[in-house]
Amino acid sequence: MSHAEDNESTRRDFIYYATAGAGVVTVGAAVWPLVNQMNPSADVQALSSIFVDVGGLEPGSQLTVNFLGKPVFIRRRTAEEIEAGRAVSASELSIDRDSRNPNKPGTDASDENRTMDDAGEWLVMIGVCTHLGCVPLGNGAGDFNAWFCPCHGSHYDTAGRIRRGPAPENMHIPVARFVDDNTIQLG
Amino acid sequence: MSGIPHDHYEPKTNAEKYFHRRLPIIGLIYDTIMIPTPKNLNWMWIWGVVLMFCLILQIVTGIVLAMHYTPHVDMAFASVEHIMRNVNGGHMLRYLHQNGAMLFFLAVYMHMFRGMYYGSYKTPREITWIIGMLIYLAMMATAFMGYVLPWGQMSFWGATVITGLFGAIPGIGDVLQAWLLGGPAVDNPALNRFFSLHYLLPFVILGLVILHVWAFHHTGNNNPTGVEVRRGSKEEVEKDTLPFWPYFVIKDLFALAVILALFWALVGFMPNFLGHTDNYIEANPLVTPPEIVPEWYFLPFYAILRAFTSDVWIVIAVNWLSFGIIDATFFGVLAMFGAIFVWALLPWLDTSSVRSGRYRPMFKMFFWVFIVNFWVLTWAGAMPAEGIYTNIALIGTAYWFAYFLVIMPLLGVLEKPLPEPETIEEDFKASLKSKSSGGPKGPSPESIPAE
Repeated sequence: MSHAEDNESTRRDFIYYATAGAGVVTVGAAVWPLVNQMNPSADVQALSSIFVDVGGLEPGSQLTVNFLGKPVFIRRRTAEEIEAGRAVSASELSIDRDSRNPNKPGTDASDENRTMDDAGEWLVMIGVCTHLGCVPLGNGAGDFNAWFCPCHGSHYDTAGRIRRGPAPENMHIPVARFVDDNTIQLG
Repeated sequence: MSGIPHDHYEPKTNAEKYFHRRLPIIGLIYDTIMIPTPKNLNWMWIWGVVLMFCLILQIVTGIVLAMHYTPHVDMAFASVEHIMRNVNGGHMLRYLHQNGAMLFFLAVYMHMFRGMYYGSYKTPREITWIIGMLIYLAMMATAFMGYVLPWGQMSFWGATVITGLFGAIPGIGDVLQAWLLGGPAVDNPALNRFFSLHYLLPFVILGLVILHVWAFHHTGNNNPTGVEVRRGSKEEVEKDTLPFWPYFVIKDLFALAVILALFWALVGFMPNFLGHTDNYIEANPLVTPPEIVPEWYFLPFYAILRAFTSDVWIVIAVNWLSFGIIDATFFGVLAMFGAIFVWALLPWLDTSSVRSGRYRPMFKMFFWVFIVNFWVLTWAGAMPAEGIYTNIALIGTAYWFAYFLVIMPLLGVLEKPLPEPETIEEDFKASLKSKSSGGPKGPSPESIPAE
């Protein structure tokens, strides 16, 4: 039996699929630049790193610097704040038990893993509430006498850990290190 | 336009015939404004014309404001102040645009509540309803982006919170948010694209409005009884309807005049009454205002967004069931968009065969609770997110979802509706009779034959 008609239709089908496929690829190629132009441009992407002089910072005071369009809190904690932070271990946290610290990846949110130095004096965080991106108020605000986000009522403790409210995560910590005794490098 | 039978445009002069043969646009306009409209439409049927006016007002004032505005973070705030102080009549144009957005939303809510009460979304008008919801979404996007342009504190932090909603989506959130903003935070790229889209979207809305009007011209208007216009013959149609021009146009324009008198009083005497003072402070990425509040027309959804904190049991349950993928923030985002989504699904969630709420005794109660709940959520959204307010917002949110997902499907089965009138004519004459017997003054209407 001849299958001439079947062959015909198969070849016709193939042309349809090929044309449709070519059309999809062409449309995609045309649309992609229009979508991609909205992504961060080269100057925005050029991740800068900045140096912050923290020599003049007394215990109990705080610097806010603008880094990549976001505020970064650099706090030199008092002995009471260190004590309050260390009194609460990671296992007692109910919302987030991750340190959120890229300098100590994969660690739990104990106070020691949140701070830069072993004494726990220096706390550097991206000052952005993990709920919807507001800047929390500092200097003893909120139920835990540390940071409080005014937008939707998230309370953070003296180690920047979320304790109460809608925020799902502890305040994030940027990549940071001491280059000398008085200078912190961000990024 | 097809639909209800009525007289169509007939070109009379030779010039008209010449033109009509080549481009029948006069006929299209004639048939559109002469559409047979149910005689018994009440005052809740004016909002469509008010909305049309608002759209034109916003486009016209917006185009002239754009002639003086600069979409750059260093100059945006100053250029708005330049409009307010230096541009001839600039303060009036900007206040009209700012308050015009509020009138637009007030009118759209009234229009939607009207549709909900009289069942205007029911078959065969589902597409009209869906297009209306798309217009509403486009309006929200336009209003949000427009609010960012003055680059005040509320502009900046509102933009941060709202784009943060997209950042809360698990997995792709951060990439999506960076794509929307063009950077890690709200900055010049975001301001620029918001200006571009704020200019574009009103014209998209205009296109959708044309589809919206086309759809209900095809099905015919709903009316307070929910009874369809008789379509057996032109005579029957004429008993149930009057042409849109001049009868309803004059009525709508009268209502518009009354509303505009109130609107002008607001614009003229208290233009900042419904705005937020913090937006007259220039945007500062390092300082969050003590309280971030959106414009009033977004407050019900803002209340729903904030209601779900990680200590609410349903959030804990969903978090556990989704293996931690859905956290409190994302849950709030889902609830907020879900609240609008279930609203759009209303034609399929309402199972009642009776269209108008006038003949649905049980529905009426739930409807008015919905309206009260809407304004309670508006109020709760304006309050700080703590203490009793989040509980009120939670209860309001629960009722919102219960109304659409439980009450509307069940009422159609449980409720015993009242008898509807046979025709629109009957309802119209009954209302005339009750008005003439109730009022001592005024000319007596035509004598009414026995029914």
